[in-house]
Amino acid sequence: MKFGILVNEGPYTHQASDTAYQFARAALAKGHEIYRVFFYHDGVNNATRLTVPPQDDRNIVKRWSELAAAHKLDLVVCIAAAQRRGLMDKSEAKRNAKDADNIAPGFRISGLGQLIEAGIQADRLVVFGD
Amino acid sequence: MLHTVNKSPFEHRALEACLKFARQGSAVLLIEDGVYAAARDTAVSGQVQDALKRVSIYALKSDLEARGMQNRVMDGIRLVDYGGFVDLVAEHNAVQSWL
Repeated sequence: MKFGILVNEGPYTHQASDTAYQFARAALAKGHEIYRVFFYHDGVNNATRLTVPPQDDRNIVKRWSELAAAHKLDLVVCIAAAQRRGLMDKSEAKRNAKDADNIAPGFRISGLGQLIEAGIQADRLVVFGD
Repeated sequence: MLHTVNKSPFEHRALEACLKFARQGSAVLLIEDGVYAAARDTAVSGQVQDALKRVSIYALKSDLEARGMQNRVMDGIRLVDYGGFVDLVAEHNAVQSWL
């Protein structure tokens, strides 16, 4: 079965990002497909490669990047939510005349249409948030 | 339909709203702070017990354990792991998250 996942909460806030990750892992372990993980609202903060959590804590951003690399996941960050929160890739940094980009490996920035498409293409859309 | 509730019933009205709208035969999965609703002998346990006559109620085991609530679960609530969560999503035609 194809799952779409929507993450509306930032990392280290409550638990939504952790639950979404554990759900994605369990779904993949059962042979399901993750059509896309869409990060919206504060959820875009899951995609910054500049986080440095304590060494004995889970690294939420790195964990998403690693899961994406291992399973060729499509991790999409909402562009409008990302712009508001200072999350950008190289081309966005250039377009907005910023001196740096901060998107983590495995994530890409795109529009809300990608969420709608995931809702249409996936058999189930599961929402995690606060 | 599968409903998920991730808020404590002692802080938010998410569970109450969910149970009001959940149709006969649907399933409710308690996750994150939502698992506090699974405890017996609380201010909301009567409401949950009433709901059990109409809907199936599940709770995520690891979230119960993280809160030390695993020995306080009322009868009739079934415990699932993340794999069970995935199965519940697959078994129902849609998922409504009461955030």
